[in-house]
Amino acid sequence: MTVSADTERNPFAPEDAAVAQKRRRAHKVKEDTSANAGAWWTFFAWLLTLVFFAPVAWMVLTSLHQESDAATNPPSIFAPLTLENYAAVFNRGVSSFLINSLMASVISTLFVLLLAVPAAYALSIKPVEKWTDVMFFFLSTKFLPPIAALLPIYLIVKQIGMLDNVYTLVFLYTSMNLPIAIWMMQSFLAEVPKEILEAAQVDGAGLFRTLVSIVAPISAPGLAATSLICFIFSWNEFMFAVNLTATRASTSPIFLVGFISSQGLFLAKLCAAATLVSLPVLIAGFAAQDKLVRGLSLGAVK
Amino acid sequence: MSRGERWRRRGPLLPALIFTIVITQIPFLLTIAISTLNWNVLEPGEKNFLGMGNYSSFAWFDNYVTVFTDTRLRHAVINTVVLTASVVVLSSLLGLGLAVLLDRKFRGRGVARTLLIAPFLVMPVASALVWKHALYNPDYGLFNGVLNWVWQLFGADQGPVIDYVSKFPMPAVIAALVWQWTPFMMLILLAGLQSQPGDVLEAAKIDRADGRQTFRYITLPHLRQYIELSALLGSIYVLQTFDAIFTITQGGPGSATTNLPYEIYLTMFRKYEYGEAAAAGVVVVIGTIIVATFALRTISSLFTEEASR
Repeated sequence: MTVSADTERNPFAPEDAAVAQKRRRAHKVKEDTSANAGAWWTFFAWLLTLVFFAPVAWMVLTSLHQESDAATNPPSIFAPLTLENYAAVFNRGVSSFLINSLMASVISTLFVLLLAVPAAYALSIKPVEKWTDVMFFFLSTKFLPPIAALLPIYLIVKQIGMLDNVYTLVFLYTSMNLPIAIWMMQSFLAEVPKEILEAAQVDGAGLFRTLVSIVAPISAPGLAATSLICFIFSWNEFMFAVNLTATRASTSPIFLVGFISSQGLFLAKLCAAATLVSLPVLIAGFAAQDKLVRGLSLGAVK
Repeated sequence: MSRGERWRRRGPLLPALIFTIVITQIPFLLTIAISTLNWNVLEPGEKNFLGMGNYSSFAWFDNYVTVFTDTRLRHAVINTVVLTASVVVLSSLLGLGLAVLLDRKFRGRGVARTLLIAPFLVMPVASALVWKHALYNPDYGLFNGVLNWVWQLFGADQGPVIDYVSKFPMPAVIAALVWQWTPFMMLILLAGLQSQPGDVLEAAKIDRADGRQTFRYITLPHLRQYIELSALLGSIYVLQTFDAIFTITQGGPGSATTNLPYEIYLTMFRKYEYGEAAAAGVVVVIGTIIVATFALRTISSLFTEEASR
């Protein structure tokens, strides 16, 4: 009776143990091979990563070497490190260029947000009719190559006396980034659950109250990501900056190009300048890498 | 919906809409207008155009004839196509490979991803200068430096000295741009890979599909949209490449690497042929619109899926 009760409670106990052991062994073998394969994948992935990163690493390393160690063949990797190139770059007056870049990028980003957030609201939370057509109109302006508009823009800007003025760049960067920002913000605002908005309405919250206490907190990360993307594109822009500015309003990329022609090629100092002007975007991009893809793909991919 | 309600909804949209229409459409219309003029700043004519400069007469379509018959410009069109196609194809393939690698869990994956996106974040002018001077330089660039080092390991006195930029100008520009754009492709494709539904992959595993079969029959079809999206967005950006050409080769030697944007720039600010430059600009716009039409279709397919969800 007790024996049968025991078998009833656990009818396949002996087999189960054997099967489990077999399975454990099989599993172990499989784990071994996959761990091995995993090691290869890891090795391969890291090898490619390092190859891709090498030019950046070389730029930073060269910027930290003395000029005499930078231009050697074969390359001297273990030469003593120094910050003197960065000091030299600052002595050549990079600061005013950095300030121009900062002004053009930050102010245009603020303008973009000012225009894009209400527009995205009108395209997502309470959409206007034919809102997809409007979205595509904004996107289609991104497909006009800026070089094709450069001539009339140059002539108009020259005519109204705004050549070599940071605010000209602010204006152009605003129009350059607005479509991207609208697409990104639209997709972020579309994620605010409709039920919550309806609940707020039922509770008697007005538009302002709804925006401040519901929409803003949910879409704050999206707002930050959108700002960063706009900042990155403005900071890196070269064509308008090189053609529409001269001495007062030039931005960092213009400093870089002029750096070589003004004093001949000093490799370590060039690398220091290149690292310095790339640093803000590198930091911003690393911080926002999850959101980067959404901005780069105009909000189409999450 | 009442009239008032409709305008209340449109209200927030209007500032952005009006700003965009004014800033993007007016210059384009002006470009079309200028493209029909004989306008060289160095040869002052008698009439004034919008008070902004001189032009001698209407050229009607002469500038367009020039664009399509001038050998320099024809060269520029060919260079643009070669440059754009090779950069997009190579960076898409590399980006796909890297995305597949990064889609697997491995030690330090986050760090690897961070390092991999760096080329895209470095200021394009900075990376062009670094490629030209720190990597390609025949005497002390990294590439020849490494060759020299390897040769010396095997007992040679001196490795080969290759002047990449003047010997292989187009491949040199392409390599630098592929390096810059691969992270962009990788990020979009990685987003695609990671949005694969887990249950489908699980089902494939239960059906004993091996890795290659799963990739061929499940992952690739799923990725198609993302591949198209990244290739088309990539084409639109790479088509407009200006920084790299300006910095690495200045369009040379001769016109070996002059693409359309750079040729327009030269026509405008070196030859001062405004009418011709505008006509070339219109041609670029038309070319871009052809590419963009496909892009819009792709994006709209992604977009309707999102909307129907």
